[in-house]
Amino acid sequence: MINIVWILLGVAALAAIYFWSLYNGLVSLKTNIEEGWSQIDVQLKRRADLIPNLVESVKGYAKHEKTVFSDVTKARSAMMGAKSLAGKAQASDMLSSALGKLIAIAEAYPQLKANENFVQLQKELSDTEDKVAYSRQYYNNLIRDYNEKIRTFPNTLFNESLGFHEKEYFQALEGERKSVKVNFS
Amino acid sequence: MSIHSQIQGNITKTYIIMSAFVVFVVLVAYVLGISLGYGTSFMWFAVLFSVISSFASYYWGDKMVLAMSGAKPANRKQHFDFYTVAENLAIAAGLPKPKLYVIDDTAMNAFATGRDPSHAVVCATTGILAKLERRELEGVIAHELSHIKNFDTRLMAVVAVLVGTVAFLADMFLRNLWWGRGRDRDDDRGAGQIMLVVGIVLAIITPIIATLIQLAVSRRREFLADASSADLTRYPEGLARALEKLSGDKEVLEAATNATAHLYITNPFKGKQYAAWFSGLFNTHPPINERIRILRSL
Repeated sequence: MINIVWILLGVAALAAIYFWSLYNGLVSLKTNIEEGWSQIDVQLKRRADLIPNLVESVKGYAKHEKTVFSDVTKARSAMMGAKSLAGKAQASDMLSSALGKLIAIAEAYPQLKANENFVQLQKELSDTEDKVAYSRQYYNNLIRDYNEKIRTFPNTLFNESLGFHEKEYFQALEGERKSVKVNFS
Repeated sequence: MSIHSQIQGNITKTYIIMSAFVVFVVLVAYVLGISLGYGTSFMWFAVLFSVISSFASYYWGDKMVLAMSGAKPANRKQHFDFYTVAENLAIAAGLPKPKLYVIDDTAMNAFATGRDPSHAVVCATTGILAKLERRELEGVIAHELSHIKNFDTRLMAVVAVLVGTVAFLADMFLRNLWWGRGRDRDDDRGAGQIMLVVGIVLAIITPIIATLIQLAVSRRREFLADASSADLTRYPEGLARALEKLSGDKEVLEAATNATAHLYITNPFKGKQYAAWFSGLFNTHPPINERIRILRSL
């Protein structure tokens, strides 16, 4: 009799440890996701900060390209104003394409293309675009892991009641670089 | 094999190699001490020496490797692409940004070292920084970051320092052997005895160095790092093109030694350093063409 009690207690203790570690795993993933998100935010802000200078330096050589300037400015303020994840992602993509047009202007103005300040800003901008893309990739990888974890048994049993809900990706724009299949075997 | 078991394997191997080194040095000291008539006092010195160098290789391996290669810290302004690419890929991999160093050499090469991701170093030659485009450089840096993430760098730094120590000792004995031969041609039996022991020691040392390196640096880890690099940059072609350029580069990297050769992304000696059988022994890198083919098939 006593033995059975001990066995049951042991099983209960093991189960408790198991669920505790599952719970902690989810919590730490959630924390990583929050950090990943603030990383994206930092990079988006960094890009927004570069834009006024860039626009100024292009204006100095190509005053009459007004539509491009206003597109960039509009996209920038749309992104700064966006609150939701999806809104930010969409505004960010719009800003990227507007900036692409702004940079393309330089092709028609050799003096601008040779301007040291512009060249430097352009380098910084394309680096920041990379940073946005990479922080987004990291964030989406985390979300994928997290959602996968939540969907698997036995997490499915209790995730809702403990407040773990599936999270939204920072939505990929069309033609985003596809994940490469890696085989570690 | 999962990344996690790869990491665990590397950590275990590091400890095995550190212990093997201690056992090896103590054993050699014991044999030398007995056969030369110094007794075991010699051995205690060896115990101290080998334990200290093992710990030093673990904690300061990265600094020693950098000193062995004559690398200088990189700065954002002068090495903009190198610096920012490393920043970006560290974000993508979820690692802290590694410390960055540059070797002033026109040969194209790069390596990573450090005992864990928060003490990591990535080092590139000025040659590779000048000749690769940004996307190609991304492939190379991502390859190095994968070594860091997998803890390959811990194992490799320990191997580099310990193998370097053995190679240094072997070198010392070798010199003794030559000097001894010149001086003591018709001298007493002592010199002959020393030469005999030294000969045996050298015979033991050389294959052990080679086996240690082989053990530590399985060719698979290079393929694995290539694959993880492609996953990180989402652009296998970048690394493939970089490797193509690297294989076209015939320059020997002066800063590389036997002890550090296995750290680099491609063999720094270009197979010129040794006679054929010897370079086969030290062939720590899979053929570049094979790596390019696999990257292009991803």
